[in-house]
Amino acid sequence: MNLTLQQLADQLSSGFARETAGGVVRVVDYARTGCHLEAAVWPSAVVCAAELLDQRGFALDTITGVDWIAEGEMEVIYDYFHATAGWRIVIRSRLPRGNPEIPTISGVFPGADWHERETHDFFGIRFLGHPDLRPFLLPEDADYHPLRKDFTA
Amino acid sequence: MIAPQAICPEGTRNETFVLNLGPQHPATHGVLRVKLTMDGEYITRAEPVVGYIHRMQEKMAENRTYARFLPNTSRIDYLSAMAYTHAFVAAVERAARIEVPARAEYIRVVTSELNRISSHLVWFGAFLLDLGGFTPLLYAFDDRERILDLLEGISGSRLTYCYYRFGGLCNDIDEDFIKGTHDFVARMRPRLKMYRTLVTDNIILRKRLIGIGPISQEMCRRYGATGPVIRGSGVAYDVRKAEPYSVYPEFNFDVPVFPEGDSMARYLVRMAEMEQSLRIIEQALDKLPGGPVMASNVPRVLKLPAGDYCCAVEAARGRFAVRIISDNKEIPYRVKLRTPSFSNLSLFEEASQGMMLPDALALMGSLDLVIPDIDR
Repeated sequence: MNLTLQQLADQLSSGFARETAGGVVRVVDYARTGCHLEAAVWPSAVVCAAELLDQRGFALDTITGVDWIAEGEMEVIYDYFHATAGWRIVIRSRLPRGNPEIPTISGVFPGADWHERETHDFFGIRFLGHPDLRPFLLPEDADYHPLRKDFTA
Repeated sequence: MIAPQAICPEGTRNETFVLNLGPQHPATHGVLRVKLTMDGEYITRAEPVVGYIHRMQEKMAENRTYARFLPNTSRIDYLSAMAYTHAFVAAVERAARIEVPARAEYIRVVTSELNRISSHLVWFGAFLLDLGGFTPLLYAFDDRERILDLLEGISGSRLTYCYYRFGGLCNDIDEDFIKGTHDFVARMRPRLKMYRTLVTDNIILRKRLIGIGPISQEMCRRYGATGPVIRGSGVAYDVRKAEPYSVYPEFNFDVPVFPEGDSMARYLVRMAEMEQSLRIIEQALDKLPGGPVMASNVPRVLKLPAGDYCCAVEAARGRFAVRIISDNKEIPYRVKLRTPSFSNLSLFEEASQGMMLPDALALMGSLDLVIPDIDR
């Protein structure tokens, strides 16, 4: 890619600025964190982020959640990597824990389908517009979300 | 003779039927089920159904210390335990700022590469078994057995190694291991040559694999496929080069890439990778520095500073990444395990559409799936 990390960060920032909600992008220390660029975005901007990265040749690495029970929030973490530039980008978005909903990015990256289903299994985060949120790794009648911090077996 | 119409009345030609492949089936190499919608011999939809051996490894990580979770990481992809434990210890070392002695890193490279060869040998044998050739498995397991003996000698385990520790290794290697590894490298090169003439150049194998199950670069990118799958589609993506870790930058090795994207290309990538691993092992043993194999002053119970730390390695099946989120306690707040088989299988539904069933099984074999790696 003919871009520096800072240029990519600026492009993402201006891309988010066009969205109503926006987000914050920063270059981070790879040696400390294991990734090159981090962005915290509003839930409404995750599809925009996926499209911007898709246009720049990034691949979807994984999607996961974190239950920040003390703050009353859920976080969704999207990992991307670039196969030739070797960069790793993390997009984070926080949701209210009481109603964790976020748009699906499976329309942009079909690989997101399974990752989102798994995140729904483990955290009960609903991916709006996802084609099929049936339990994936959990049993087909599972109505619990084991990675929620208040889950008890 | 009965007219065909009598058996197949008008309109029935377009009917499809559902065929369950697995969950107990030798071609799925573990407990994977594929719900196939078939139009005669042709697949109209292949939906993988996973989770039969889901163990909730990520939840287990949240109720034990880092050191007690370490053995779990060798039980995710049981065929590349060295690489998986490497990713976990490296993520912890990154967070705790532990400097690993050079000798330990060299030995990690040697053992990880031996493990990669043994994993590829299992794939080689099992893949040919899928395709109807029984003999190569016996040869492959003979070679693999020697690696298992070597690694057992230093780690005590034959498969689910827990040899790496935060800050180094649990034991140093001995003269027996060094000599045995040199002997293995010397033995393996002619064996690989024999596999070429015996198997790779075989016309039946070629007819079964060339042009079968094409996967484009673009499909790899959209599904996040890595490892020999992406390299068989012409992308030189290897974590050892893209995000160099450990002491890999010290060695000369190539990343085998084949642009065809078919099952043969993925086959050839793995065969060529075994030769590259031998090269790395030789160089690492030649340059092996002295000194300790364990960092001093690593606390018995680690408490990682609050934060988010990732580390990825190139395992036998592709990119394995660990994310640790710490809240400055002795047990992790969250551990995410990103496994290559998961993403590599996710493209199967799209890639297998319209294929004949036996060809789809060749495609599945060329993905080299390990089911506990998908289910975790």
